[in-house]
Amino acid sequence: MSVIKGRVFIYGDDVNTDVIFPGKYTYTVTDPKEMALHALEDEDPAFIKEVSKGDIIIAGKNFGCGSSREQAAFCFKYLEMGAVVAESFSRIYFRNCINAGLPTLEVRNVKDKVRRGDVVTIDTEKGTLTISSGEVFSFPPLPPEVAGIMDAGGLNNYIKKKISEKKG
Amino acid sequence: MGKSFAEKIFSMKLGKDLTAGTIVSVKPDYVLTHDNAAAILGTFQKMGGENLYDKNQAVIILDHIVPAANEKAAANHQKIRMFVAEQEIESFYDCGRGVCHQVMVEEGFALPGKFIVGSDSHTTTYGALGAFSTGIGRSEAAGIWATGEIWLKVPESMKIVISGKPSKYLTSKDVLLYIAGRIKADGALYKSIEFSGEYVESLSLADRLVLTNMAVELGAKNGYCAPDEKVFKYLEERNINAGSYNPIYPDPDAEYAETIEINVENVPFTIACPDSVDNAKNADELKNVRVHQVLLGTCTNGRIEDFRMAAELLKGKKINKNTRLLVLPASSEIYLQAMEEGLLKVFVEAGGIILNPGCGPCLGAHEGVMAPGEVTVSTANRNFRGRMGCNTAYIYLASPYVAAASALKGRIATPDEI
Repeated sequence: MSVIKGRVFIYGDDVNTDVIFPGKYTYTVTDPKEMALHALEDEDPAFIKEVSKGDIIIAGKNFGCGSSREQAAFCFKYLEMGAVVAESFSRIYFRNCINAGLPTLEVRNVKDKVRRGDVVTIDTEKGTLTISSGEVFSFPPLPPEVAGIMDAGGLNNYIKKKISEKKG
Repeated sequence: MGKSFAEKIFSMKLGKDLTAGTIVSVKPDYVLTHDNAAAILGTFQKMGGENLYDKNQAVIILDHIVPAANEKAAANHQKIRMFVAEQEIESFYDCGRGVCHQVMVEEGFALPGKFIVGSDSHTTTYGALGAFSTGIGRSEAAGIWATGEIWLKVPESMKIVISGKPSKYLTSKDVLLYIAGRIKADGALYKSIEFSGEYVESLSLADRLVLTNMAVELGAKNGYCAPDEKVFKYLEERNINAGSYNPIYPDPDAEYAETIEINVENVPFTIACPDSVDNAKNADELKNVRVHQVLLGTCTNGRIEDFRMAAELLKGKKINKNTRLLVLPASSEIYLQAMEEGLLKVFVEAGGIILNPGCGPCLGAHEGVMAPGEVTVSTANRNFRGRMGCNTAYIYLASPYVAAASALKGRIATPDEI
């Protein structure tokens, strides 16, 4: 899927994984559907009421800092969101999003040009994000090693393929 | 051009000349997991994993919800114990041994030159002994169980040079929180931090562990202190043979993306205010903040040295009647040592509650959960909203001295007031 079009939700800098997926749920909530319902609970309680399939997060610097908890990435995957875009990502969070098979893009200077509810179009092949005014922001492609995991639909499928190739 | 610590350890591990920015597939010496091993096991099986690629790579330490707070947590632990038995994993530590990051040090996994990943963000801790260690996600831990390997980018490096002689009661926690305030939560994003300078050299291993434990709070991939005689002596006392590790040092002409200089003589007693670690303030400005709970412990400041600091202030005194004091040793060994030194007696006589070693209140899963509007002064490493289980409670991060002083006064207080 190279073109992703969706409504955006905007967040600031340093949004941490505790507010994306509270620690108190990390060992009690394990069902994907239920996990999805807690997404951004302590940052933006309205998010879960408004979000729909294909929507896109656009955030500031250091998105997903803090705990390594993978649920903070997978909750967006389970909501079938279109992409997570940020000025920069916390490193473990970036990996978790890729491993979830969730399009994860570092795009600079776009956050302040869009408003909640705007529709943006992302072309992952061309490396562009276009906002409703027509302004285009470009971003570099994922390194091939990382793109391979995305292309497989996440780390689970990627390793599964690797294991079955080895056996076969 | 010389190599940084990170470039050097990646180059040695892969047996080729590597520089920052290169992506490689690497087989870590150890992959640490904890209570999340139950979920990781589920992913491992979905991936088609049957047996561990290398069972000597796996270290599992139960610490997050110990003893189990509910049936679900208990069932998780049970699942992990069964897997450990079935796969004959030798490096398994059950409930009560301690917080994984302290146990990794005490049990001799964290050694100079070792390459360690863990499905916990504070895996950065072992850099204080000269290891390369970093946090990864759960699925990645499952991937390593299945294939032995993980992709990693050789990080750029950043030098934090700390000089000066600290004033009385000033600790490495104050210094780290001060640095967080200065460079912010993304100040070292994706980078390998090398802590150096006369102050770092003067610190005990326990105090250095605070710096590397919290390196991740600056966004870093890992933290590092050059292993020296203090580290070697610690390992020798634990009967760890010098032949079992290989200290690695950066070259003098290594390239750094950034160098930051700090003089501890300018660092005040520092507190990270809600709701972020980089919201650092001088403790003197916060003395009107009423404190309902104090948490002394965790993988950041739950070592014997930290307990000695707190006990120095608490001995023979009672904490404020409106304040609760929770004492959380980072390991069973520290618990015993604190008992032998009479520190637990000091804490209980002062009105404190001794908790079992583990992560407990730090992540809000059980033990010491706060009520709306309450304030905790904590020696842990995170104060995010909701972190301790209540999203309308407030967490202030501080040193063991400031925590103990605050418990006595019932408000934020500095050790020089006691």
